[in-house]
Amino acid sequence: MMTQSKPGLSARAKAEIDEWLKKYPADQRRSAVIPALHIAQDENGGWLTTELMNEVGDYLQIPHVAVYEVATFYSMYELKPVGRHKISVCTNISCMLADSDGIVRCLKDRLGIEFNETTPDGKFTLKEVECLGACVTAPVMLVDKTYHEKLTPEKVDHILSELE
Amino acid sequence: MVKMNQVCYRTLDMPEPWRLATYEAAGGYQVWRKILQEGTPRDQILEEMKKSSLRGRGGAGFPTGLKWSFLNPNTPGQKYLVCNSDEGEPGTCKDRDILRFNPHQVIEGMAIAGYVMGVTVAYNYIRGEFYEPIERFEAALKEARAAGLLGVNLQGSGVDFELHMHIGAGAYICGEETALLESLEGKKGYPRFKPPFPASYGLYGKPTTVNNTESFASVPVILSKGPDWFLEEGIPNNGGPKIFCVSGHVNKPGNYEIPLGTPFKDLLELAGGMRNGRPLKAVIPGGSSAPVLLADTMMNITMDYDALAKAGSMLGSGAVIVMDDTTCMVRVLARLAHFYSEESCGQCSPCREGSGWVARIVHRILHGEGKPGDLELLDNVAGNMMGRTICVLADALAMPVQSFIRCFRDEFEYFIQHGKSLVDGGKLR
Repeated sequence: MMTQSKPGLSARAKAEIDEWLKKYPADQRRSAVIPALHIAQDENGGWLTTELMNEVGDYLQIPHVAVYEVATFYSMYELKPVGRHKISVCTNISCMLADSDGIVRCLKDRLGIEFNETTPDGKFTLKEVECLGACVTAPVMLVDKTYHEKLTPEKVDHILSELE
Repeated sequence: MVKMNQVCYRTLDMPEPWRLATYEAAGGYQVWRKILQEGTPRDQILEEMKKSSLRGRGGAGFPTGLKWSFLNPNTPGQKYLVCNSDEGEPGTCKDRDILRFNPHQVIEGMAIAGYVMGVTVAYNYIRGEFYEPIERFEAALKEARAAGLLGVNLQGSGVDFELHMHIGAGAYICGEETALLESLEGKKGYPRFKPPFPASYGLYGKPTTVNNTESFASVPVILSKGPDWFLEEGIPNNGGPKIFCVSGHVNKPGNYEIPLGTPFKDLLELAGGMRNGRPLKAVIPGGSSAPVLLADTMMNITMDYDALAKAGSMLGSGAVIVMDDTTCMVRVLARLAHFYSEESCGQCSPCREGSGWVARIVHRILHGEGKPGDLELLDNVAGNMMGRTICVLADALAMPVQSFIRCFRDEFEYFIQHGKSLVDGGKLR
């Protein structure tokens, strides 16, 4: 039987946020908003709902709008549902010189989607990102939390086939 | 034979170089332990730092010792130390490897800096995408705390130093130090007006010093081998080795930590020479914000702050982006312009509007829709972006725009007239 998970931040997420809060002065709870949003997003299948952002705001005792500001400013937050795996491919200069175009073509071909789209089976979301800071091993992509470097179309095929 | 990996990458060839035991086997934490045992006078360390001529490795090249002297250790109240590990300047990936392979050296450097400036609380701000470095750094913090190298009343010395890791969430602008402080306070990464500078009004409004990861990681070696050694490894006014991230059309792209003042041609040789033996066309010598230089200039230049500045570019973060004769410079500029327009924080109109404008003009040239007068327009927009904004992101786009048009005007004109590239037959993205 499917169990409906309770919406909102879990006790474990709150405990994790508490660990971050220990790092900042007691009157600077707002400092934990970036890590807290990462935690909330991870727990919610990779994206943030308005309710979750509100809850992060309430937990940190800061206005909801202060959370929205951060969630919309930083590129790692998703405000719409994403696939089980998020593929972020770099196309900035060093990757471009190492033919990231070929990698992008390969990814779009294999997945049958464009940037900022999710495959119909909900497995993959494809994103174009700015420099990932691994330029000497270009071309590079980030799949969920793992860097894949010195990419070739064959390597991309292999990486995709390994993902559940 | 160029000497390599003597400072920040000194543990690189050792097994599990990120561990405390490895770092200590390489001589790590000796300086910090000595300070805790002997209470080395702060002024003595500060003088050694100044003498070493270490210049900020994040991009600006500001003398680190001088920066430290701006924070008075006797000022009452909380002061902060922050490490900028928000590495994001396109072409740059040196700090990632320091954090992955030698995190303890960053910790030791920060601890020493904290001692000199009388700071007891510090943060290392690491970009959010760096999952592996984040994990390694956090593990290193745990080891250092357990060994009594971080915390309160360390080794019974009465010295306190606590260091925390903070993470980002994807924003190039947070590499700008005041935007980084805003971000650390839990806000959008909007750079602050300066003055006041962080040394008087920094994190939470308190006096703060921000240094780059590589700068901090250089400190323990400067103090253990001595400032004279460090200075002599480089050239006058450009102390020490520096990590160069060589990417692009070379056979062996990589991070090479070599003495400042090394000729570019030697660095190119270290990086395996040009890919497929093709001729060198141009190099962006210090990260995407640095003006591009032509092959002839590069083959006769030494890699140091002063030589590159004299040639009209900058050493910046040490990201050396190498391009061969097949590279379409219109295409390269279009990609860079897209980047800056994506990453402009939107606070200042000249940058927010100007970067988008530049990106659209270069984009239309690249797609065969350039118009006569576009180059003058680009030059004009770039000129109006320079020096008119709170931070230097606008300049970081304006400088490449002007240098690309100056160095490769014929390529841009050809593209506008013929709707295709002079170089690669009009291949589009």
